[in-house]
Amino acid sequence: MSGIALQGSASGSPAISTVRTKRRSSWNQRLRRAYVPLGILAIWQAGFALGWIPAQTVPPPSAIAIAAWQLAVTGQLAGNILVSLGRVAIGLGIGVTAGTMLALIAGLSRLGEDSVDPTLQMLRTLPHLALIPLMIMWFGIGETPKITLIALGSLFPIYLNLFAGIRGADRKLREAANTLGLSHFETIINVVLPAALPNFLTGLRQAFGISWITLVVAEQINASAGIGYLVMNARDFLRTDIIFVGLGIYAILGLLTDQTVRLLEHYLLAWRPSFLKDAAR
Amino acid sequence: MNMITALPISPGTLRSEEGEAVSVRNLTRSFGGPAVLDQLSFSIAPGEFVALLGRSGSGKSTLLRTLAGLDPAPPETLTVPSAHAVVFQEPRLLPWKRVWKNVALGLRVPDAKAKALAALAEVELQHRVDAWPLTLSGGEAQRAALARALVREPKLLLLDEPFASLDALTRMRMQSLVASLWQAHKPAVLLVTHDVDEALLLADRVLVLIEGKIGIDTAIKLDRPRHASDPGFSRLRTQLLASLGVQA
Repeated sequence: MSGIALQGSASGSPAISTVRTKRRSSWNQRLRRAYVPLGILAIWQAGFALGWIPAQTVPPPSAIAIAAWQLAVTGQLAGNILVSLGRVAIGLGIGVTAGTMLALIAGLSRLGEDSVDPTLQMLRTLPHLALIPLMIMWFGIGETPKITLIALGSLFPIYLNLFAGIRGADRKLREAANTLGLSHFETIINVVLPAALPNFLTGLRQAFGISWITLVVAEQINASAGIGYLVMNARDFLRTDIIFVGLGIYAILGLLTDQTVRLLEHYLLAWRPSFLKDAAR
Repeated sequence: MNMITALPISPGTLRSEEGEAVSVRNLTRSFGGPAVLDQLSFSIAPGEFVALLGRSGSGKSTLLRTLAGLDPAPPETLTVPSAHAVVFQEPRLLPWKRVWKNVALGLRVPDAKAKALAALAEVELQHRVDAWPLTLSGGEAQRAALARALVREPKLLLLDEPFASLDALTRMRMQSLVASLWQAHKPAVLLVTHDVDEALLLADRVLVLIEGKIGIDTAIKLDRPRHASDPGFSRLRTQLLASLGVQA
């Protein structure tokens, strides 16, 4: 009966040469992207040399680099970065864990949704940074208010995205799992949670962003260590160069965390068409 | 010689309970309006290939979903083997599991992977076992869905317009693949389709669902393998199309 032979299309492994061309062109592309930022740095430095920009207002890149080097050599830079990173890590850890738990409770049962969702939707409208005065009154000026604020700030993006992802899981796939004899729990593990993972990672990226903003604000109000402390201290001594170093570090840390999430996405969502296209080319 | 033996089935005329893979007795389903399935009764013998025809909205899919256990029904109206499997119009593979893991999903036997690989080889997908489902072509994905159904060794295979979204050439290949797999494993099959040619090509018996009841129940006594050019084929085709309200 199978007179018509089924010839599946060949597995289509991409030719190696095309991969290589792709690599090279992507390197070229990256270089091309660096032209404008490098150009800005050059003009900045030249503006200082020609006396257009007063060093007191905006120090030249070279002065900022020297300040960074001095801070690094004395160990101040690493120490303060570690303090700030520690605050974000602990706050984010608490916020992501709580947000995930709440989203699972609300997403996986109607009873859970009714008990959790209305409250969180109300609290969500409150800007968490407005709680700073209360936090200081309740917890003083130590680590607790800073970590609490970061945890609160990162909880909501995780909760909202993961909840939407769980509820958005394709009903047709859940049905298919049902016909395959999967239990309710197995369906959650194999279908619902993987379907919600992209949303969770979007939430994680937003949570990282909010954490950095919260850190900046919390550290500038009162701190005896951390990047914010470094910056506020520099203000008192009119060290614009150190302030710029602090800004640069915030930017780099933000960029690094974004890259981390991107890497996570690439690894965890390898099945997605956008990543598959990259791999196939 | 008349090859059609029309048996209008009335709710009272049940065949024997013994030796039936599927038996439906006076099944009524409605969604607020007029009944979609109205006192429906029929049965499928073990190893029998039955095609269910009907216009869109005639309740074909509702019936299949009920048999698949996706829609609730009073238990006394339904006898379905516990070993049943469904292939839907869309492949419905989990995109985050590689092809063989999709096939092995929910398979509670030792060495599930070997079974999954064997099933994939049977649908000639052995070269794609480690692929991500979203990289498969439409035909490949549907073959994987077929393997996922077959690996469960079903006594009843439910096919819900499984070839409807495939191109014509792929559909022909799939039809012959399903025919050979059915002959190799002999599950009872209920194929829901609105393609009369497909029904005549594959089925032992054709049911036509009209207004929630089995309007026509016809044994197809053509020799296999069948071809649309066979003389008996076109005669049956004309008659079935007429019953669906199409002048051919």
